[in-house]
Amino acid sequence: MPTPDEMAYYRQEELLEIDYRPPERGWMDTPVDFRRGSYIYPGKAKMLEILGLPNPRDWAVTDEDWKLPDNWKQIVLEGMAERLRKYRSFKVFMDSCVRCGACADKCHFFIGGGDPKNMPVLRSELLRSVYRKDFTALGKVLGKLGGARELTVDVIKEWFYYFYQCTECRRCSVFCPFGIDTAEITMMGRELLGLLGIYVNWVIEPVANCYRYGNHLGIQPHGLLDTLEFMADDIEEATGIRVDIPMNKKGAEILFVTPSGDFVADPGIFTCMGYMLLFHELGLDYTWSSYASEGGNFGLFTSHEMIKRLNAKIYAEAKRLGVKWILGGECGHMWRVLHQYMDTVNGPADFLEVPRSPITGTVFENARSTKMVHIMEFVADLIHHGKLKLRPERNDYVRVTFHDSCNPARAMGLLEEPRYVLRHVCNHFYEMPENTIREQTFCCGGGAGLGTDENMEMRLRGGLPRGAAVRYVQEKYGVNRLAAICAIDRATLVTVCDYWAPGVKVTGITELVANAMVFEGEHERKVDLRLEPIPGMEGEQESEGSGSDE
Amino acid sequence: MNDRPTIIGGLVIALVALTFPIWYSVGAGRPGPPPELELPADESQCVEDAASMRANHMDLLDRWRDAVVREGRRTYRSTNLGEVEMSLTKTCLGCHRNRETFCLRCHEYANVGGEGPAGGVRCWACHLEPEGN
Amino acid sequence: MNVLISLAAVVVLFLVGLLGGLPVLDIVFGILLPYAALAVFLGGLVYRVLGYARVPVPFRITTTCGQEKSLPWIRQAKLDNPSSIWGVIGRMALEVLCFRSLLRNTRTRLLEGGRLAYATSLTLWLAAMAFHWSMLVILIRHLRLFTQPVPGAVQWLQDVDGFLEVGVPVIYLSTLVFLVALAYLFLRRAVNPQLRYISLLDDYLLLFLLLGIGLSGFSLRHLIKTDIVAVKELTLGLATFRGVSLATLGTISPLFFGHLFLVCALLAYFPFSKLVHMIGIFLSPTRNLANNNRMVRHVNPWDYPVKVHTYEEYEDELREKMKAAGIPVEKE
Repeated sequence: MPTPDEMAYYRQEELLEIDYRPPERGWMDTPVDFRRGSYIYPGKAKMLEILGLPNPRDWAVTDEDWKLPDNWKQIVLEGMAERLRKYRSFKVFMDSCVRCGACADKCHFFIGGGDPKNMPVLRSELLRSVYRKDFTALGKVLGKLGGARELTVDVIKEWFYYFYQCTECRRCSVFCPFGIDTAEITMMGRELLGLLGIYVNWVIEPVANCYRYGNHLGIQPHGLLDTLEFMADDIEEATGIRVDIPMNKKGAEILFVTPSGDFVADPGIFTCMGYMLLFHELGLDYTWSSYASEGGNFGLFTSHEMIKRLNAKIYAEAKRLGVKWILGGECGHMWRVLHQYMDTVNGPADFLEVPRSPITGTVFENARSTKMVHIMEFVADLIHHGKLKLRPERNDYVRVTFHDSCNPARAMGLLEEPRYVLRHVCNHFYEMPENTIREQTFCCGGGAGLGTDENMEMRLRGGLPRGAAVRYVQEKYGVNRLAAICAIDRATLVTVCDYWAPGVKVTGITELVANAMVFEGEHERKVDLRLEPIPGMEGEQESEGSGSDE
Repeated sequence: MNDRPTIIGGLVIALVALTFPIWYSVGAGRPGPPPELELPADESQCVEDAASMRANHMDLLDRWRDAVVREGRRTYRSTNLGEVEMSLTKTCLGCHRNRETFCLRCHEYANVGGEGPAGGVRCWACHLEPEGN
Repeated sequence: MNVLISLAAVVVLFLVGLLGGLPVLDIVFGILLPYAALAVFLGGLVYRVLGYARVPVPFRITTTCGQEKSLPWIRQAKLDNPSSIWGVIGRMALEVLCFRSLLRNTRTRLLEGGRLAYATSLTLWLAAMAFHWSMLVILIRHLRLFTQPVPGAVQWLQDVDGFLEVGVPVIYLSTLVFLVALAYLFLRRAVNPQLRYISLLDDYLLLFLLLGIGLSGFSLRHLIKTDIVAVKELTLGLATFRGVSLATLGTISPLFFGHLFLVCALLAYFPFSKLVHMIGIFLSPTRNLANNNRMVRHVNPWDYPVKVHTYEEYEDELREKMKAAGIPVEKE
């Protein structure tokens, strides 16, 4: 018998019996139902201790007593007051909402689940109701009538449930007439919970790992080198080329940072192999770092302070190794941090140079302060200048669609670069419906630290909109591959596709780039980086590769 | 980034816009006293009470026009003056001979006297003023 | 429940306002309360804005709704993803004047077999635009009662707004649009189960207040008229601080005081209600910041040092393993 942690436990017909009508009882009087498969296990005491976080203890979500500190209420209210003084976003978003409801059906969890508290407006009201009670005159006077309510332990439990049912994808913020960003609300909510020692282990363990060993998975330096060596072996088998693995190399021109998800799990490793091949072919003077071996930053899902604590490694390592600039791999929330937070929290990076591609000479003016360039910007520039020898027909067995990852789309605007690259390395690229891509893209359902199996029900529900869009292009165009420039996507969309659009595999773009690239000294390419035979290429004669369009 | 100057600037602009009537009256000079109307010397009563006429004369005229033009009725049973002829020229303007000192003073004051449609007063396009104006 | 309470509250407010038709009370409702309400409104507005201005924006968290500025040959969405101050001004203008974000609105429907359909949904945008713009027109039109001589622009607006030339005095289009839009916004809230679920007293109260103001205003102009010259003496007297004679005040109808009292209630309630979205829309950090994060460093004024795990601590723990694997170390 499958358990609620497993996909097979959920029958589609049952999952799709979604009732969007809210219950009769008001939301303030509806308690949380902690059912297995829809919540995540709490952070272990050990992890909190490594990070020096308050109130470490072992407890269970289903416990009646969450072992909160005695003065928990004071801690939360003071924490709220402090954040209202520090973040204008928080203060403005607490006041501005007119409850127009435009955000309601924009959330993947609401679409896939129908729980009214997953409407972004109500998710915010969970905090706003307490704000009204304790920080506004009218709320104090009118009480419940004014939308205000007392902060109780049940409210804390509700916060825990729903702030860990938000993937901070910011889709609602695109549609909100006041730009209210639920990610910001959720971040505040999680910070407040954190003050009481309430975290989920799926987030806080990676944070502790990253803090101590430099990456979320806790891979130690020699292990990382081993991992990359294994990949180099596979690369050699697929292409006949032996790539170098520069590790902690001082004086390299470029520090390369990518999410650690790409080191271990299929299909992320194929993307990682793609990077290695690409850099080898370009003869790039780059280095990996074992200390800064994580581009991702689960601090974003913890607190602003934790963003800074984990992110500090990247500039510190760039400085120690003496590189000129930093190149970042395919990742979603990693790029939110690198683009919107890194320079502010750990800059200025005045010891680095404005990034300049050593191959094309292009100066990346758009990264002139942060000094960090996205691999898609870097590759798009290479292709634009005709620096890559490409044979896209090698990818002809791939009919690909592109999933815009939330953060590159809505916290950066990296929309055209990946498409440009895809179009040059694949002949069969099909877009999903326009309401599900670009700035309107749907989350994979497992971002912001929710991508664990114990949260399977919510992942499948949250993955419905993306899954439905994938199935649409699967049926219409025969799409069999979903490209995503995000490590969390590459981990969670596998499940989403297996469930909602079986037959579609997930891939990173750089994997497809490397499959299409013609490398100097390669042997006949019969298998792709997955070491699977390339249909139509078995025993094919080497022909002149098509360069780029310019 | 300190955006306080921008915000305060915006606030000042908003306050200026919201208090437009106050500084407008300062800029345009204090408005004169409310209009004084020249009342007919030879009559002390209008067809209806003065208060009612102030608020509702346009309705009365509208009804008169409809009665005369559409229904051909010409006699109005007034409260104060018994039966009168429904005629702007003869009845109204018979007493209020000067539109400048009677009609238009209020119409201009309340901005309902313009030539445009919103003023609603295009009586004079057809109705000639009595002689002696 | 919230609907009934707010409806009752507005009716009571209106009835209380009618008392302004009585002697002595007309001074209270005609002069004292309007000044008090205006003071609360303006004071509240300033307090709110300064309150927001005092709070820093620690991070540049623009929500990007289009292509970023990156390589020169890739076309940037300069308004939906601005990188310059002019882009931001453009984006904000679209947001404030055209409700750009609401214009994106879609309706999601779950179909058979887990299929999803998205349809453009413009009714909310249309109603919101109709309501806000007609209210602005109505406010400007009311300047005829607060200025002397009346500015030409107000006259022009009156002419345009009344171009239908229906009724004596003419019915303004903006009045009808205002009332219809409000009615739609109310019905939408009351009928849609999800909206009803999230709606608070505040939401209904404001709708009823505005409807009450609109209906009483319409009645004053078209149904139960009052001496407009006397009204203007009062309103102009308020604007110029010169007062109004008690005799004039006494000739104004109770309905006018009902109308005025509802307006006063709205003004005084404004800074405490969700109407501060008027300020919030300008100060939303996801909209009013350029997405130039990697080009220009954003400074957090309250930034503080945090505890990090330094490379030295890292190497100290792992040095032997690194050396064994042939990874260079700082200290041999």
